[in-house]
Amino acid sequence: MKIQTGLKSWLVGCTMLVMTASGAFAEVVYNRGSSADPESLDPHKTSTTYEADLLRDIFMGLVVQDAKAELIPGAAESWTVSADGTVYTFKLRAGATWSNGDPVTAGDFVFAFQRLQDPATAAEYASMLYPVKNAEAINQGKAKPEEIGAKAIDDMTLEVTLNAPTPYFLEMLTHQATYPVHRATVEKFGNEWTKPGNIVSNGAYTLAEFVPNDHIKLVKNPKFYDAANVQIDTVNFIPNEDRSAAIKRYEAGELDTHDDMPTEQLADIKAKFGDQVHIGPYLGTYYYTFKTDKSPWDNVNIRRAVSMAIDREFIAEKVWGNSMIPSYSMVPPGITGYETSTFDYAEMSQIDREDAAKKLLTEAGYGPDKPLKMEIRYNTSENHKNTAVAIQEQLKPLGVEVTLLNTDTKTHYGHLEQKGDFDIARAGWIADYKDPETFLGISRKASANNYAQYVSAEFEGLMDKAAAAGGNSGERMKLLSEAEAVLMRDHGQIPLLYYSYHNLVSAKIKGFEDNVMNVHPTRFIRKE
Amino acid sequence: MLRYVLKRFLTAIPTLFLIVTISFFLMRVAPGGPFNQEKGLNPVIKANLERQFHLDEPLVMQYLYYLNDLLHGNLGPSYNLPEFTVNELFAKGLPISIQLGATALFLALVFGSLMGIAAALRQNKPADYAVIATATAGSTIPSFVIAPLIQLAFGLGLKWLPVGGWGDGAFINKVGPVLTLMLPQLAIVARLMRGSMIESLRSHHIRTVRALGLSDYAVIIRHALRGALLPIISYAGPAAAALITGSIIVETIFAIPGVGRYFVEAALNRDYTLVMGTVVVIAIFTILFNLIVDLLYAVVDPRVRYD
Repeated sequence: MKIQTGLKSWLVGCTMLVMTASGAFAEVVYNRGSSADPESLDPHKTSTTYEADLLRDIFMGLVVQDAKAELIPGAAESWTVSADGTVYTFKLRAGATWSNGDPVTAGDFVFAFQRLQDPATAAEYASMLYPVKNAEAINQGKAKPEEIGAKAIDDMTLEVTLNAPTPYFLEMLTHQATYPVHRATVEKFGNEWTKPGNIVSNGAYTLAEFVPNDHIKLVKNPKFYDAANVQIDTVNFIPNEDRSAAIKRYEAGELDTHDDMPTEQLADIKAKFGDQVHIGPYLGTYYYTFKTDKSPWDNVNIRRAVSMAIDREFIAEKVWGNSMIPSYSMVPPGITGYETSTFDYAEMSQIDREDAAKKLLTEAGYGPDKPLKMEIRYNTSENHKNTAVAIQEQLKPLGVEVTLLNTDTKTHYGHLEQKGDFDIARAGWIADYKDPETFLGISRKASANNYAQYVSAEFEGLMDKAAAAGGNSGERMKLLSEAEAVLMRDHGQIPLLYYSYHNLVSAKIKGFEDNVMNVHPTRFIRKE
Repeated sequence: MLRYVLKRFLTAIPTLFLIVTISFFLMRVAPGGPFNQEKGLNPVIKANLERQFHLDEPLVMQYLYYLNDLLHGNLGPSYNLPEFTVNELFAKGLPISIQLGATALFLALVFGSLMGIAAALRQNKPADYAVIATATAGSTIPSFVIAPLIQLAFGLGLKWLPVGGWGDGAFINKVGPVLTLMLPQLAIVARLMRGSMIESLRSHHIRTVRALGLSDYAVIIRHALRGALLPIISYAGPAAAALITGSIIVETIFAIPGVGRYFVEAALNRDYTLVMGTVVVIAIFTILFNLIVDLLYAVVDPRVRYD
């Protein structure tokens, strides 16, 4: 009897094994490599792009990005905007539920928006909803969370009132900081609400496991409104800090895609993996910033001379292996409706630029007897160092004596933020949403990121006018472009390179569409 | 003996307290803070964050808060991983690092000792040269070279091992990391053992026991080895403390979720509580292993007595 039962279960086991192997129950697993772990899974506490990739799968905001990073309806089925551009009325998706079956209501969004601004939440990206009425005041502790300009007209209708017309508001709503959270869960578990088993979410996937520095497992949410079209059953986000090791894991088939690669080996990687290597422009700018309120850097001609003498093509090719793109404007190309304003020497040859730079320096009184001295501050990274060394070499023929100062990232940005003394420093900016405002805003007088201390009434005026023209998209883009022209003319910032994404995508993976936001929601991806 | 152990535990308390205090204030001398980053935070938001972690209060108050938490066994929240407490991070990572480190050390001690003894007994013969060559190579090739070579040879080439990942602790996932951790230790242990064994074999008491007509086996294992073990024990104590608290190189290259990475990352991120956590953990292990070493001395060397 005992033997028979054993034999029976063995036979059943074998049958199941055969069935699984033959694909009858085969679940589609996507192993998605990423270069870092998320810091948090609470949409209100996140800040990095790694978190954005994950949360985009777990949650669904009012509007979402499709495979090409174009806006499509998300938790909101449709919306209307008032004539003055300040009141948005969102009609929520009928029948959409949280992963526990509760309906997603307008009240959930109101709660989430209030929580994002509540100073007690200490949300890093609270500013994503600053355009909403009273939001900033709440975040400063000057108003109560209930006073936020978001109202549930009924369960299915959400009305959001803005301070002023904000044409990029819908783009901002794709940011994870604006996602809804499930009130009962947050209140029940407090800080523990995002742990597997506790978390309730409304996206295409739910969180199954989270082992820091090892993997995060998401499984398909059967309650998701579009679950029928979601093809990947399980997605494992696998962090790999070592870029070379990640490539080997990809090669061994342990990862289906990976979001980074050692750019110094780019030629070899391209030769080996061919069209599995996806490289293209990404909305990010790598720039240098002068301390413009300090002599001699307060002289625009000197800033201009240094900028002209930097051979960006050389740096992009030799230092970055063409994984970055030479840049002559603060706003990278790729934003629909916006025309970038570049330095006026963008089209000039490098030799002519150098001649002009020399002339400018001579006019300013610098020469062999009185060399211009400049210290480049940069944060630790092999490529940042090589970039600075290349610039040091390029400025040598002009008689500029460049010294380098390397500090770790926290020291570097701590120093810049505290308005410490420096000559020129490295910085970078990646877009949070697809609008030129995100790149130009950092040069405004009031911005904490205006390390240059660049102050220009003309630039401020144009930015204000652009904000006022909010309702008129064409006019606004034109004004922003004019503002950028002023910024470039003044050399308020010195853009050097545009970032590019570099993904490795296995031939088995389909629907991984290249786009300037480098956004790839798993729900649109297939594995063959 | 018991009194000695108790006394050592009691003296460990002021030692730990001093370490914690010095580290706490030294860490704050470093410029920049946990919330400085490429995208500078709006001052309001930064103030909100600092308030949440008491960073807006005077340093002395922060220190007292920390001591109070520490006395309750609470290492505090991680600033950069706000959903995890430092206790949770160590609870998840430390068992993994201990497994890998302890296995590597055990293997290194066993095989390294055997290699060392073999070399000492065949001094200046081919076997000896082979051990010396291996030991020199093992201790000079850094692990950031060995690890990728193991990945290339056994992961990509022969496909015997996975290239990386922890695989929920599958045996096969541990082979590469353990090998990488073990090789340099193996080399050091072999070299130490060879040297001390040669010395021990030349000592007077060995000559005496040989003269008494004991067998080679008895001379080597019962008498020479005992004396030769002392340097190995002194080495193994601190080595154990270092190995079981993980290695950032091995963990990042093999994508292992241990705690070794926190020692470097926490400092670079100015994740103050996590830095303090790593300091406390490594201090406790170092104190503990030093005690074990001292006790082992008494077991191995009859001249050492603690009563």
